[in-house]
Amino acid sequence: MSWSQVCYEYDGSFEGFLTCVFESYAHHEEPMCFQGPEALYYTLWDARRVDTDQEKAARVFRSLDARLGRGASRLVYRAFLTCLEERELHIYRFLQYGYRRGRSVMGELGHPLVCVLNKAVHHLEHEAHLYTGFVRFSDYRGVLLGEIEPKNQVLPLVRAHFIQRYNTERFLLYDRTHGQALVYRPGQWVITAVDQLQLPQAEKEELRYRSLWRRFFHTLAIEDRRNTRCQNTHLSKRFRGLMTEFQREEQGERLP
Amino acid sequence: MDVMDKLTILTDAAKYDAACTSSGLDRRGRAGRMGSATRAGCCHSFSADGRCVTLLKVLMSNACAYDCQYCVNRRSNDVPRATFAPWELAELTIQFYRRNYIEGLFLSSAVVGSPDHTTEEMIRVLRLLREEYGFWGYIHAKAIPGADPLLIRRLGMLADRLSVNIELPSQQSLALLAPEKQRAGILAPMAQIRDGIAASQGELVRFRCAPRFAPAGQSTQMIIGATPESDRHILTLAQALYDKYRLKRVFYSAYIPVSGSKLLPAPQQFRPPLLREHRLYQADWLLRYYHFRAEELLDEEEPNFDEWVDPKCSWALRHMGFFPVEVSRADYEALLRVPGIGVRSARRILTARRAAPLSFDILKRLGVVLKRAQYFITCGGKLLPGLRVREDQVLGHLVALERPALLEPAPVQLSLFGGEEGGV
Repeated sequence: MSWSQVCYEYDGSFEGFLTCVFESYAHHEEPMCFQGPEALYYTLWDARRVDTDQEKAARVFRSLDARLGRGASRLVYRAFLTCLEERELHIYRFLQYGYRRGRSVMGELGHPLVCVLNKAVHHLEHEAHLYTGFVRFSDYRGVLLGEIEPKNQVLPLVRAHFIQRYNTERFLLYDRTHGQALVYRPGQWVITAVDQLQLPQAEKEELRYRSLWRRFFHTLAIEDRRNTRCQNTHLSKRFRGLMTEFQREEQGERLP
Repeated sequence: MDVMDKLTILTDAAKYDAACTSSGLDRRGRAGRMGSATRAGCCHSFSADGRCVTLLKVLMSNACAYDCQYCVNRRSNDVPRATFAPWELAELTIQFYRRNYIEGLFLSSAVVGSPDHTTEEMIRVLRLLREEYGFWGYIHAKAIPGADPLLIRRLGMLADRLSVNIELPSQQSLALLAPEKQRAGILAPMAQIRDGIAASQGELVRFRCAPRFAPAGQSTQMIIGATPESDRHILTLAQALYDKYRLKRVFYSAYIPVSGSKLLPAPQQFRPPLLREHRLYQADWLLRYYHFRAEELLDEEEPNFDEWVDPKCSWALRHMGFFPVEVSRADYEALLRVPGIGVRSARRILTARRAAPLSFDILKRLGVVLKRAQYFITCGGKLLPGLRVREDQVLGHLVALERPALLEPAPVQLSLFGGEEGGV
């Protein structure tokens, strides 16, 4: 019996996606596309609304490590956070292949379906690692505020790092691209949707540390060794807009 | 003098120290304390010279009692002098750290008065940070040669990494350029730190909460190009330091002309040997991660690295009998010897070939870069399809690949390994 082709509409959450996977196997439907809440276009396939069901999602999630091998749940979760185009479809096809192949699939690094996820996840992890260094916080009356513009959803990956580092502080890290923020105060954290964030005026003390940092940064470079290409390789220009040391002194009045 | 001026002077004075890493230690955050450390380290920015900025790298003071010819802070040099008050430096570190500008503090100092006094001042800063501010981030401190072993011990209980600079690669150069420093005086604290780390690790096995001495190990730095030593001499020394003193890192710093001394290369026509420094770092990686030995890479006939190809390619070209390596069967060690295959690629190859037979397409998908490796591997007994290169042409192809990375313009004609046809 052939599987009918459908397009799943779901709420865009990871649990929602796992529910779709469950429904697909339960009803013998093959998803040809996935649409999150923000999707606006129509498709050629029959649209099917899937309501997120924690129970079903948990069943699928538990099956990952058990049937696809160690590390599969981590790979799938992280792949879902990447900026890979049509990531749900890529993950779904990987799962389809994985459920057939069994536990050897995680080792098949050269298989196109596995490779595409690994690459995307590597990109995500690398970006998250870079951001642990490149985030700049500003002190507003004792609370640290920072902004980033990542391609992937890095907040779940950098969360542990920043909570360890600033466990005595209160901070908020805002992801402009995905409209999310990581908010922490000692003992509690949450990643929540935030539509817009207007940072308040920086105070005098804050401006002073920004100029000290700029001075340090520019003094540290050795003129005889100037190598802009090497700098650009390691620190891509897309990060610099939100980094204190690349902003001019008078700009320092506004954003970090 | 305000903090801004001090920061400028003391950063300027510290910037020639190459060692700036925050690696070697995983330390989770602890409730009530500020900061953590990660084994891989973390780069917070990259300066205009392309170097990673990770620690607040400053001197405690640049008012030096010594007169080392190669050093910008020598007594006889006419530069502005400044000294941080311990609380100024501690406050600066904490405020930079809170804003995620830095991973911690790199504290070095000129010799103020005596090595003992200098070390005591440094200890004051570190105690302030660790005890008053509860700072739990990374601290790299310089041990000053000649300081009392007890003081170095106290410094090491507060810092994560200690380093003693070996400065120049030979006894003769040191005697000539840094008359106040002695080779033995530099090696003694190194040995003390090594033994301190070993003892501390031994205690940790028995008592989980034993205080830790320099848990991120020790490192050193030497200046390249100010004195006539060959690459072979330098690399052999580095290897001995790794073997005998258990160093985590040896840093090489291309000499930047900061002195008009007659004993040093004249500043006018001198260009810092950046490519040579780069080759030394590449070779250093081969020692630490690729199981190479210094004597394999360089010998008496060829005591210096080739400018045109990296040390691994250079080794491969002199050992063509070792190649081609069959990627479907070769062990990890043999894979690591292939130019273009690194630790990550080698591991991926091992994993992937357990699941399915390899092909060149699969290698590409694994992320193995074939532009160098293609000349040295077979896959399933075959060379890369379409590859037609005679053994004597490989050098030319590899040099062409390296060209964009070379800072210098190409010379008109190449003559390497005595051959005339290596031209590109």
